Order: sequence, then structure tokens, then C-alpha cells
Amino acid sequence: MQDVNYRPKIVAFCCNWCSYAGADLAGSSRLAYPADVKIIRVPCSCRVNPLFILRAFQRGADGVIMAGCHPGDCHYTSGNYFARRRMTLLFSMLDYLGIERERTRVEWISAAEGAKFSKTMNEFAATIAALGENKRLEDLRCKK
Amino acid sequence: MQEMMKKRAIELLANGTCDRVLGWTNGDFAYDQTPALFRTEQELEEGFVYNGFSAANLSKYLVKECRAGGKILVFLKPCDTYSFNQLVAEHRIKREMIYVIGVACDGKADVEKLKEQGIDGITAIKEEGDTYVVSTIYGDKTVKKEDVLAERCVNCKSRKHMVYDELIGEAGDVIADCGRFDMVEKLEAMTPDERYEFWRGVLSRCIRCNACRNVCPACTCEQCIFDNPKSGVAQKAAANSFEENMFHIIRAFHVAGRCTDCGECSRVCPENIPLHLLNRKFIKDVNTFYGTYQAGEDPAAKPPLGRYEKNDIEPGEAGGVKA
Repeated sequence: MQDVNYRPKIVAFCCNWCSYAGADLAGSSRLAYPADVKIIRVPCSCRVNPLFILRAFQRGADGVIMAGCHPGDCHYTSGNYFARRRMTLLFSMLDYLGIERERTRVEWISAAEGAKFSKTMNEFAATIAALGENKRLEDLRCKK
Repeated sequence: MQEMMKKRAIELLANGTCDRVLGWTNGDFAYDQTPALFRTEQELEEGFVYNGFSAANLSKYLVKECRAGGKILVFLKPCDTYSFNQLVAEHRIKREMIYVIGVACDGKADVEKLKEQGIDGITAIKEEGDTYVVSTIYGDKTVKKEDVLAERCVNCKSRKHMVYDELIGEAGDVIADCGRFDMVEKLEAMTPDERYEFWRGVLSRCIRCNACRNVCPACTCEQCIFDNPKSGVAQKAAANSFEENMFHIIRAFHVAGRCTDCGECSRVCPENIPLHLLNRKFIKDVNTFYGTYQAGEDPAAKPPLGRYEKNDIEPGEAGGVKA
């Protein structure tokens, strides 16, 4: 049975140049996004190793979102293009293994899109809250 | 075939084209032809074996041999030549140090299929035309070769050698309609719950022996992530379902775009986990999303994960949630 006090745990990998600044803008514009979203700043979205995503699930995340610069806007020219291919394949594989595809997501958020950041995170948190706890990629050793 | 190969190897050893030969020899069992290195004519005469059970892909052994120097003669089946090309492309082996003899292959046998037919206690196996005469402690039995064909050979993608210096046996062709993605499609058509059940069922058999990694010609890292005690998945026995999932997802992901689909991972798996279905999913996705690509076909081709297009498909459209 779902705990009434259940709050989803969400990990957001945000690239330093766009999405992290977008999160900042959301904050300074006083746009609310759920406190369940824990941001991990990465230098570029292509820094996100597929292992990071799985590790986040292992350590108890119920949803993982990766946010980076819009394709074409990467600070390092092409990082997000490579990241996009990797994540496409990884998400497809998770789906193939029967792990809920809604738990993973990629979004392109620029430094000027504070509103999009807050909207995306609210939406994603609602999706994850509806899905409930991550059971299919959990590691019991990491559960308290 | 075996005698022709042996004769040619002895010739090339004698005229100095190579100083050692990588081939197969008899292992502990009649159905277990294991990779071996031969240095002299005598060793070849006594030990060299090539038959329906010489299934091992020898290309990975070249990584170590190239470091030892000298010139190596290697026998490669068609599917092994893809792995060979891939290793050349990744600068793991030196083409000029290796003399490749392509050997024709009409499919290798899988001992599990012999056992499925109730054949046990095998003492010797002889090839006669298109049958194997299997001697067991309970008497002789004859089976058709096509009935005991290994899974990967049933869906053989190519009988064409991608690279060779000389060929023994007849040259074959690429088999376009091999149906190797049929099972992947069948799984894709299931509901997520059914797929989860299926993969839990097979992956929970994993004993983390790492044989799939050790045999894989695409896995040639000096230090593997899974040997790192801090990786969280370095234990020998998988502690729970997460480790099994993570190990197999990451293992397949690390060879995505580089896997030539040689099928060695499934062949060596002591638990008969259909690991090639994970690799084939990536191959199929790469073909669907980024255009048909066969790793090892052309050593000069850029790998799909090492290039990009500006209008690539978005992860949300392919697997995650559509934005």
C-alpha cells in the first residue's frame, strides 16, 4: 500500500551552462518547483554516464531526468548531441527490460527558460508521484 | 578441411610468414574445442583441430598476441572477421602483424542441443557428411547437423569474410534476411510487465562469472568498470536483482555500436542466458534510429555513438516519455 506521506525522490542532472542556470532563473523569478527534485550539476549533459542514471535508481531515486542545452546550443559545441544518442539507446533498453519508461526523461532547457524548468519539474514530479516507488530498479541494500 | 588448414599452417610456419599459429585444439570434452597457440610443426600435427565444435572466436586472443610481437597466423570464421575488423578499427590489434586465413563455416553445433535430444555421456564426436556420429557411454547416436545448430548460427548474418589474406573453403555471402531480430521484435511486442518477467526470469540465473565479458571481442578494456570494488556491482555473486540488471545493461551498453553480433556471450554463458538479445536490441535500435550499421564491416566507418546528426531522434520519442 502506498504510504500517504510518500514523496517521490527525483534526481535531475543539469548541465552547468544552460539548465542549471535555468534552475537559477526559476529560483530568482520565484517560480516554484517541487523540493523532491534534487539537482546534480554536471559540466555538460554528455558528462552523464548511463551508469549515473542506474546508480541514481540504485540509491533510491524514483525518477531521473537529464536536462541540457538545446541541441545546437551546447557550450562545448556537440556534447548534447552525443548525450542524446546515448540516452536514446539507454532509455530504449530500459523499456525493453520492462522498466517503466516514464521514470527517465531528457529535456532541453536553456538558461533563459526558468519557466520551462519549473513546468518540466512539476510535471515530472507529478508523473513520478503517480507511478509510485521505483521497484524494478531498486537495490534493497540501499534502502533504509 | 582440418587437414588442409593444418597443412597450410605448417607451410606458412616453415617459410617464415608467421612464427606461431592461433587455432583450436581438443579441450577436456569431445565437444569442447578450445583456442590454442601452436609454435611448432609437431604441435600442429598433434593438436590442431577444426570441426563443428571449434566455435570460439579467436580474434580477441590477438590483442594479447600482438603485444608479444612477431607475426601471428590466425584462422577466422566469417563472423570472427567482423570482430577482427572492429579490433583493427579500435587500434587494439595491428593488422600488419597478423596473417589471416579465412575458413568457411557452415554453422557450429551447440552441445546443449545434443543434450536436449537426450544424448548424454558423450565420449567422442565424428563428422560424417551432414551428420554427427556421437559416441556415448550408452552407445552411438547419429544426429543431423542442422538439428543441433547453435542459436547464433541458425540466424547467421553472413558467410562472407570481411577480411582475409587467403581463404580456405568456399567464399559465402551476406545473408540479408537472417531473421536475427525476430526474437527482439517478439519481446518488443510484449507488455512491459511481460518483458520484465521475462528478463527477471533469465537474468536472475546470472552467477556473475563474467564469462560474457571475458570472451567478448569488444570488451578489451585493460581495467573493467566491473572490477572496481567501488562500482557497486563488483561482487562475484549478484546480491540482488539490481546488480544483475545493472551489470547486463551496462555490459551491453558498453559494446553498443561496436558489437558485431558474433554471439560469443550467449555461447559461453554457463546459465544459457540469451545475452545476445540485449546486444541485438542495441543493434536494432541503431539501425532504426541512425541508419543501418554493421560493426566490423568497414574498419574505416565511424561508430554510431561516435557521431551524430543534428536532427537525431529525441530520447522521448524513442523510449522515454514524449515531451
